[in-house]
Amino acid sequence: MRPMAQLAMVMNLDKCIGCHTCSVTCKQAWTNRSGVEYVWFNNVETRPGQGYPRRYQDQDAWQGGWVRTRRGRLKLKAGGRFRKLFTIFANPVLPNIRDYYEPWTYDYENLTTAPLGDDFPVAQPKSLISGQPMHVEWSANWDDNLGGGAEVSNRDPIVERVRRQAEDKVRLEFERTFMFYLPRICEHCLNPSCVASCPSGAMYKRVDDGIVLVDQDRCRGWRMCVTGCPYKKVYFNHRTGKAEKCTFCYPRVEVGLPTVCSETCVGRLRYIGLVLYDVDRVGSAAAVADERDLYQAQLDLFLDPTDPDVIAAARREGIPDDWLEAARRSPVYALAKVHRVALPLHPEFRTMPMVWYVPPLSPVVDALTDTGHDGEDLENLFGAIDTLRIPVEYLAELFTAGDPAPVRRVLQTLATMRSYMRAVNLGDQPDESLAAAAGTTGAELTTLYRLLGVAKYNERYVIPTAYEAQGRQLEEIGCSLDYEGGPGMYGAGPFGEASGRPAPVSVETFHALKQRQTSEGLADPERPGARVNLLNWDGKGTPAGLFPPRRTEQAEDRS
Amino acid sequence: MDVLLWGVLPYVTIAILVGGTVWRYRYDQFGWTTRSSQLYESRLLRIGSPLFHFGILVVVVGHVIGLVIPQGWTSTVGLSETAYHVQAVTLGTIAGIATMVGVAILIYRRRTTGPVFMATTRNDKGMYVVLVAAIVVGLATTLLGAGVVGEEHNYRETVSPWFRSIFVFQPDIEAMSEAPFTFQLHTLIGMLLFAIWPFTRLVHAFTAPLPYLFRPYVVYRSRTPGPATRAPRRGWERVGS
Repeated sequence: MRPMAQLAMVMNLDKCIGCHTCSVTCKQAWTNRSGVEYVWFNNVETRPGQGYPRRYQDQDAWQGGWVRTRRGRLKLKAGGRFRKLFTIFANPVLPNIRDYYEPWTYDYENLTTAPLGDDFPVAQPKSLISGQPMHVEWSANWDDNLGGGAEVSNRDPIVERVRRQAEDKVRLEFERTFMFYLPRICEHCLNPSCVASCPSGAMYKRVDDGIVLVDQDRCRGWRMCVTGCPYKKVYFNHRTGKAEKCTFCYPRVEVGLPTVCSETCVGRLRYIGLVLYDVDRVGSAAAVADERDLYQAQLDLFLDPTDPDVIAAARREGIPDDWLEAARRSPVYALAKVHRVALPLHPEFRTMPMVWYVPPLSPVVDALTDTGHDGEDLENLFGAIDTLRIPVEYLAELFTAGDPAPVRRVLQTLATMRSYMRAVNLGDQPDESLAAAAGTTGAELTTLYRLLGVAKYNERYVIPTAYEAQGRQLEEIGCSLDYEGGPGMYGAGPFGEASGRPAPVSVETFHALKQRQTSEGLADPERPGARVNLLNWDGKGTPAGLFPPRRTEQAEDRS
Repeated sequence: MDVLLWGVLPYVTIAILVGGTVWRYRYDQFGWTTRSSQLYESRLLRIGSPLFHFGILVVVVGHVIGLVIPQGWTSTVGLSETAYHVQAVTLGTIAGIATMVGVAILIYRRRTTGPVFMATTRNDKGMYVVLVAAIVVGLATTLLGAGVVGEEHNYRETVSPWFRSIFVFQPDIEAMSEAPFTFQLHTLIGMLLFAIWPFTRLVHAFTAPLPYLFRPYVVYRSRTPGPATRAPRRGWERVGS
């Protein structure tokens, strides 16, 4: 047994209202730059839907993740080492920018410079990668809230698969339609196939907290990681030629703050906590024969942080005591392993993902109440689970490789919890046999209710800080000229914007924003831009170029 | 003049190549990338890029064999001059043409695909000129040396001895100055290409990911080289471990 610590996340899908606040704040924090316009470290998908990039779950097409060979070993689905090197000059399964969407801006200048005429001037959409006027046909959330209707949703790879199994289980007719939201970030997998795909060895999993990162200095742009990741959560920055991905906001979690997406989540549906797992058994767990066993195999990897043997082994591995304490208080461990209501996303990719989900139950109560039944009566609830609008089969394809049993059990637990807590709240005698029927106890249901319903900030986010002994290294040591606005900062390197040393994370501030706002924002690195991109303008101050020069200045120029 | 071209210039080139590469590796790791444009366009790239790259790899191997292995060695093994030339010219021509066609497709793609052309810097354009010149003249010398066009010339008696002599610091200027003009031109363009190499995107060739074949699949790294690289202050000693 070799315990390792992993920062993990659980999202409670019942609470997601699809507001995209997580995506927007994440984008503002991390990918508000040219070259990554199309990059969403966090995105929220409407299910059923095609997801982002389109149909990313269809591994027959995209070849992400691992497959088990007949000899019971794991192999990258897109091919092993030799095949990777052989196809390095042109990756055969790299998504095109149009599988994401072509990023664009609007030609706002036309609004002010168009000559006087009968027609109102318009701001034409202009592609951010070719600079040409373009038709906007798709974007990150084109099929939000089932936009595009069945035409788009029918192309959901999960719908296709479920439909193959049970012909009319999944109906997308308007009156019987269903949907829910699925926020996604990088899974920070225990067995990351992106890391395994990287020829340069630039991607790595951090021993300390399990965060998967790209070393920007060592990435050489071979783009095999994009193919390797079955969740398509590694993106290629087309300006710098380097891979970028969700960092689990490591500069924040190292000092104990939750990630930006969690911090700003309106529904407070995210939980961050530590999980201890046995790194020695990851390989064998990911290679179990039946892919429906992968969920259980991954659960078995998690070590009980209260077990004295585990604590002793963790100490031998150098995991400090405050981290072990955090592991014992971890909401993720509680939801995934103790209460077993959180499920991994697509375990069949065999990457052992570490962002788990509490499947959605919500519409069932309203639906039952509408039909005149007691929506929170357990009998009714249990009966309703199998006739939910969101078919259990659909959820099972997402979370348990198609096995409906664990999903049904989770939904039953959640239903029991509702029923039990209603009895408590109404002052009735709660029925312990209800809890027993769902394989749990009243006390456990109360804890679960507390965790899902009322957990406060410090209960939802239990994040130990980086080791004190490393405190000094956490302060970025840079060139003395690299202070904000200093001469060492933001000068383009000799080989264009992308070259030279990257700006330290801590200096991504005012001047960077200002520079971005005042630059053209198109893909030509050599054109000196002076026009303000109003989409990026934060409303403060007047960046140069916001207004045309004053008339007196113009007159002076002319004279 | 010959001394300058064949006695001094090679060393200047090597100095720039080695110094420039070391400097760039130390200073500009972040800019050290293929700057792939596959995200924009894949169809033409998937034909042109492998054609060019595999072609140029064969060409490189051919250069190494032709320049580094003395003629005496191959004839000792029993490979006659004619036989050597036939295989060298055949392989060289096939690889050379593959490279040419590949680079032609890539340049056509670069010029006609809007996003790819937008992402092309002046640096790239200059590099392409030198690269294409080297390939065109190189292919010409292959055909010339074989006697397909013009007079046959055995470069293994002129260019190759000169090339080897550079590395023992006694450049055989005479041998090189006797080579035909096209060979001299190809050599000069080659030197120019190597001189600009460290300052262009060509550097990605120096970090060909061969270690990938030997490393474990999943890479683990610690945030720091090890726990507590400096002695903990009093009262902050680690508990546990």
